[in-house]
Amino acid sequence: MATMTASRVQGGIFTLMVVRVGDVHDPGFGRDLEEQVARSPGFFAGAPVVIDLRDCIDCASVADFTALKQVLRRHGMVLVGVQNANPVQLRAASAVDLAAFNGGQANGNRRPTPERAPAESAASAAPASRTRLISQPVRSGTQVYARGSDLVVTASVSAGAEIIADGYIHVYGALRGRAIAGAAGDTSARIFAQRFEAELVSIAGRYLVNDAIAPEHLNQAAQVALIDDRLVILPGWGKG
Amino acid sequence: MAKVIVVTSGKGGVGKTTTSAAFAAGLALRGHKTVVIDFDVGLRNLDLVMGCERRVVFDFINVINGDANLNQALIRDKRIDNLYIFPTSQTRDKEALKREGVDRVMAELKKDFDYIICDSPAGIEHGALTALYHADAAVIVTNPEVSSVRDSDRIIGILASKSRRAEKREKPVEEHLLLTRYSPDRVQKGEMLSVEDVKEILSVPLLGIIPESETVLKASNTGMPVILDPASPAGRAYEDAVARFVGEQREMRFQLPERRGFLRGWFGRAAS
Repeated sequence: MATMTASRVQGGIFTLMVVRVGDVHDPGFGRDLEEQVARSPGFFAGAPVVIDLRDCIDCASVADFTALKQVLRRHGMVLVGVQNANPVQLRAASAVDLAAFNGGQANGNRRPTPERAPAESAASAAPASRTRLISQPVRSGTQVYARGSDLVVTASVSAGAEIIADGYIHVYGALRGRAIAGAAGDTSARIFAQRFEAELVSIAGRYLVNDAIAPEHLNQAAQVALIDDRLVILPGWGKG
Repeated sequence: MAKVIVVTSGKGGVGKTTTSAAFAAGLALRGHKTVVIDFDVGLRNLDLVMGCERRVVFDFINVINGDANLNQALIRDKRIDNLYIFPTSQTRDKEALKREGVDRVMAELKKDFDYIICDSPAGIEHGALTALYHADAAVIVTNPEVSSVRDSDRIIGILASKSRRAEKREKPVEEHLLLTRYSPDRVQKGEMLSVEDVKEILSVPLLGIIPESETVLKASNTGMPVILDPASPAGRAYEDAVARFVGEQREMRFQLPERRGFLRGWFGRAAS
């Protein structure tokens, strides 16, 4: 009999979006999803989601959950579980391998609507997600988003590429594109680049274009930080 | 089993068709059965550059639509054995490149040919995407100037994500950088990007440097792949590039400005 050794099972903390479901058969559901996803497609691509069933009375059959899975898949999302489900719903959900989640980390009164979910889930998640590592050049026109984590690139980021992280960004190469750190609002995030030539840098929504950066900071190692609500470029690995 | 090579760039007018013609001719001259396909539906140029524009009966789109079979459309080159041209339609547009039709044609071509060269149109839309989809290797044609380098970077990213090999998570498409219209004098003056600049930005192995040369225009006007012109430096450079592609070692020529004066002939002989 196989036994699970201690090293096989480890704790993990993940950020998940919550999609509120009302009437399962409402065509507006699909439309709303489409609109939402169209606004930031990269964000939703392959994202694991949990559906919140507190407003949903009739979603209680295996067919209903299968249909929901498919609708979400069509928009790129992967349905992994349910929350606030009644016992009948739980049984049907579990029959299609959906896990039961115990009410998310959302604030008590605010409902976890899809448009709120990104900010909430990122802010409320413990920042213990694994750092995302990219070791190939990030080519022009490519957009990378490290959701809920830091991002490390051990190659160059081309002009016309965008690298985005909820946490810190480190580029061990030339940073020629856009770097957006603290994308979910973390003002303590920083950007490090071995060769700083970024088109645009941003931390928690504040941004600076290349034109506005003093030339003495360009083409060498630099660090970008948000200090007193202003973006500051520190030379080398800085003492700030 | 055939190797499919896409000649692409993103940017227009950098030398894709010139390169496709030269490469196809070069490979055929080495004894490999080669076909070069024009994917630039509606703006076809390959037939002109190969000198077979007066022999086109059926084309790629005819075969995709089932109006003709492959043998009726393929044109045999009169100068080189083993070399075939597959022209495209001038009256249709890129929407005519239907996925299943292209897949079927490629599968059939792979049975008979050693090398299949896909001359891609410029851009990153359907025509260019279809041309690169089946690629095993890519020759990324780049001029040593900023817009071309930026566009090449983009197309490299697309190769890494939208090719069949990327979709099926197979071994990635082989990337080869071909620097065309290179002028060492202008590089020295600082008007053009140097080889090192381009290599640093693109991080793709360099296959060859093709010098700027008037012989290229002459070749396309006479419908002859430039590799067949013995007096053309561009032709010689393409020969080197083809040799490197099949695994031979060749020194990278045409990188330095030519020496003027009476020493030129002497150095020229010694270098080649």
